[in-house]
Amino acid sequence: MFSRAYKTIVTVPPLLWVAVFLLIPYLLMFCYSFWSVTLAQIIVHSWNFENYRELLQKPVYWQTLLRSMWIAARVTLFSLMLGYPLAYFLSFYAGKRKDLLYQLVIIPLWVSYLVRAYAWKTILGSEGVLNTLLQYVHLTSHPLDFFLYSPFAVVLTLTHIYTPFTFLPIYAALEHIPRNLVEASQDLGATSPQTFWKVIFPLSLPGVLAGATFAFVLSLGDFLAPLLLGGPSGIMISNIVVSLFGAAYNWPLGAAISLCMLVLVVSLLFLSERLEKKWSFS
Amino acid sequence: MTGTVTSSSNVAANQSTAKPTLLSIRNVAKTFGRNVVLRNISLEIAEGEFLTILGESGSGKTTLLRIIAGFESATSGELWMGPERLDQQPPYRRRVNTVFQHYALFPHLTVEQNVAYGLRVAKRPEAEVAQRVADALDKVKMTAFAKSKPSKISGGQQQRVALARALVNRPRLLLLDEPLSALDANLRRQMQVELKSLQREVGIAFVFVTHDQEEAMVMSDRIALLRSGELEQVATPREIYSQPDTAYVAQFIGHTNLLKGSIRSGVAQCGSLSWSSSLPDSLPEGPALFSLRPEHIRLAVGGVAPGFVRVRGRIIHQAFHGATELIRVACADGLVLVVRTASGSALKNDSEVELDFSADDAVPVRESPERI
Amino acid sequence: MELLLTMTSAASNLPRSRWLLLHATVVFAFLYLPIVILILYSFNGQGVGGFPPHHLTLDWYRILFADAPIWDSVLNSLEVAFAAMAISLTFGIPAALALDRAQFPGKALFRRLVLLPLILPGIITGLSLLMLFNLATIKLSLLTITLGHGTALISVATTEVFAGLQKLDRAQEEASLDLGANYWQTFWRVTIPNLKLSIIGAALLIFTLSMDEIAVSFFLIGRDNTLPLEIWGRLRRGITPEINAVSTIIFIFSLITIVFWYRLRLRSESGAEAGIGILEATEEAAK
Repeated sequence: MFSRAYKTIVTVPPLLWVAVFLLIPYLLMFCYSFWSVTLAQIIVHSWNFENYRELLQKPVYWQTLLRSMWIAARVTLFSLMLGYPLAYFLSFYAGKRKDLLYQLVIIPLWVSYLVRAYAWKTILGSEGVLNTLLQYVHLTSHPLDFFLYSPFAVVLTLTHIYTPFTFLPIYAALEHIPRNLVEASQDLGATSPQTFWKVIFPLSLPGVLAGATFAFVLSLGDFLAPLLLGGPSGIMISNIVVSLFGAAYNWPLGAAISLCMLVLVVSLLFLSERLEKKWSFS
Repeated sequence: MTGTVTSSSNVAANQSTAKPTLLSIRNVAKTFGRNVVLRNISLEIAEGEFLTILGESGSGKTTLLRIIAGFESATSGELWMGPERLDQQPPYRRRVNTVFQHYALFPHLTVEQNVAYGLRVAKRPEAEVAQRVADALDKVKMTAFAKSKPSKISGGQQQRVALARALVNRPRLLLLDEPLSALDANLRRQMQVELKSLQREVGIAFVFVTHDQEEAMVMSDRIALLRSGELEQVATPREIYSQPDTAYVAQFIGHTNLLKGSIRSGVAQCGSLSWSSSLPDSLPEGPALFSLRPEHIRLAVGGVAPGFVRVRGRIIHQAFHGATELIRVACADGLVLVVRTASGSALKNDSEVELDFSADDAVPVRESPERI
Repeated sequence: MELLLTMTSAASNLPRSRWLLLHATVVFAFLYLPIVILILYSFNGQGVGGFPPHHLTLDWYRILFADAPIWDSVLNSLEVAFAAMAISLTFGIPAALALDRAQFPGKALFRRLVLLPLILPGIITGLSLLMLFNLATIKLSLLTITLGHGTALISVATTEVFAGLQKLDRAQEEASLDLGANYWQTFWRVTIPNLKLSIIGAALLIFTLSMDEIAVSFFLIGRDNTLPLEIWGRLRRGITPEINAVSTIIFIFSLITIVFWYRLRLRSESGAEAGIGILEATEEAAK
């Protein structure tokens, strides 16, 4: 139905833009990772594997990556634990209030990341709301340190940010479940818990997977929360990259780490997509 | 006018012939917000019978079914199954199973797992489950598809699986919510026959909901016609066809001609037609409505036989229906009669004809006023 | 009507669950508490900490309104947001059309590339662009930030418009062609008007996301700050309740925008469907 000219006009400009501003930059990152930097802080285009060797040999990179993954895993788990029951509640129990409650859930999502991270920073600090509240009600006698500048703070903040992210695809999946399946299950004698575990939960798995992937990947690559709230013990892999592009000035090494992250993320997405297809039944 | 049926034939049908009552629906009413969907429904369903709840969309038939299944609760009234009050039990405790309109098969389970669902939930031993599932699949001829997923089988096949899934639990009552409406005409006719014989085989009472009156007549032991939330008539297919209670019933089931007239001193008068009514004296004087089926009018041959009425008219339309034809004849006083004749009678539009019908075939029916 | 009742009445069949309600309440509290505290303390005379808050004052707002660099950065952010909106829509709408209607080699790769910035951590998008600009010796400035936002947010435009295209009745365009309009005319007279709501929705989203964007901007910033980066800079130096004040204002604007966007989407779809459509867009679009 659409002429060749039409199709060409709609295809070529975006294709070009994407090639220039997405594809080529990734390729450049690939190239940079094989270059090196001189002491005079000049980037030399000498192709070698030095950067990767450094990554494999120096433990600090591995450790930080593992710590980042551990933080991301916890964020994902907590976000799911908060997000799933909420989505279930809205989808099956909220009735007329469903719309309003849904709006209430997505509003925090739209409030700037920075604003929310900042809010937690003010709450968790030694002079912050939490500590002074605890002292005020005499639960503690002096400020507790571990609230801020710790992995705890990073996990807490990121969970706060990503709970609505896990909520959304789970809610979508739950809403897609035809209600007559729930009735059929009850008709056949299953009680509510049985219906949930045998029918509702399996059918919601693609949504759970999508939400978990989102939360994990974005937490893994986060550098802002650690910078604001992480302290020295809360450093994540992206922070290393940031410093390599900043004060530590080693772009090639930074590019190497970024490339590894890119590969990791794309692999996770691919895997997740495969699993989602396998678990999707409609 | 309340929903309780009062004519003699219906009382007999309502009390059911010789079979014990399985489910007793007593004065059930249902309102959604300000919308009254069911008014005062009382009905007895007999063991092993095939009862069809027939009605247009919006008549309340699906709501009634869902109340029996337990997905809606009646605003007032009671359901009794034997000595137990059914309406106070949640759906998963009732010995009632449903075949849903769009089958509602679990997409993440195989055919076999779908059918086994109710048994596994009841924690029956695996050996028993396997046996019963195999039997059920065999009954609906779906054994070959046991390991398939619902998305891979056709609509008709899904419907059989839904049947098996419900029947395997040996319910006391099976509810079917317009299960054939999504099938094409030929498959539908085939399934009607299969369902009927299946019901005979398992001996369980079936309550079948549909808007298709032909389907109802083919399959049912009894038909309960529902209009705007009230039972219009409950009778066997033959009774409901040949002795409709009201104009609505006469028109809803099959084709009919509604003749407006009056009865005076035992003589029925419709426009220029009149005949002496051999009807019981219980019929009141005054305006009356008669239902005359198209197949009871025939092309006149020779003189007027005793007890017959002759009408003259002009053919204005002919519709070919395969084995028969329906012709519309314009008669005196603006009366248009629909007549069913055998095909091939070589009649032409605009030709004058003479028609005959037996006075006995003009069945008096009650008015059906609009219900709000 | 009866079928609709079937579909929605299941909710009334499940028994009331007190635990779920409690859980939901706790989660809502968790989500909103920091924001509430933030707003509260923007009026607190004593600063961002301390409990309980006392000495309510508008001082911080007064200081905020006199703070020139902040308003400069707001202006910068607005410029970037509008420009990014233009770029994203200009390339995102054709991209959606291409994905919907054209077949070409590399289509699968193209689709993935376009949608990738949505799920990729901002640092990767930002750094890769940084390397591009570096190699091309383009100095970092608001322009580079704009290019960054525009690129990253094409995915939002594409997703929204693509969803809108699915709802478009192909027969309308066919009718237009049948009646003598050429492709260009059909595009402007039939296609675009039908996509109006999707485009507006996408524009709103892109605008909001651009105003809040910090991860990608972090690496592409030149001499001029956008609002989030301005705030970030101050945070490094020390916390003042003035930041609470500007955050509160940001919150209010975000709130208005998202509610408006939501209503807009609701208008274009029927009840239950709207929820799902918005979900898919929001999930894919928000970052």
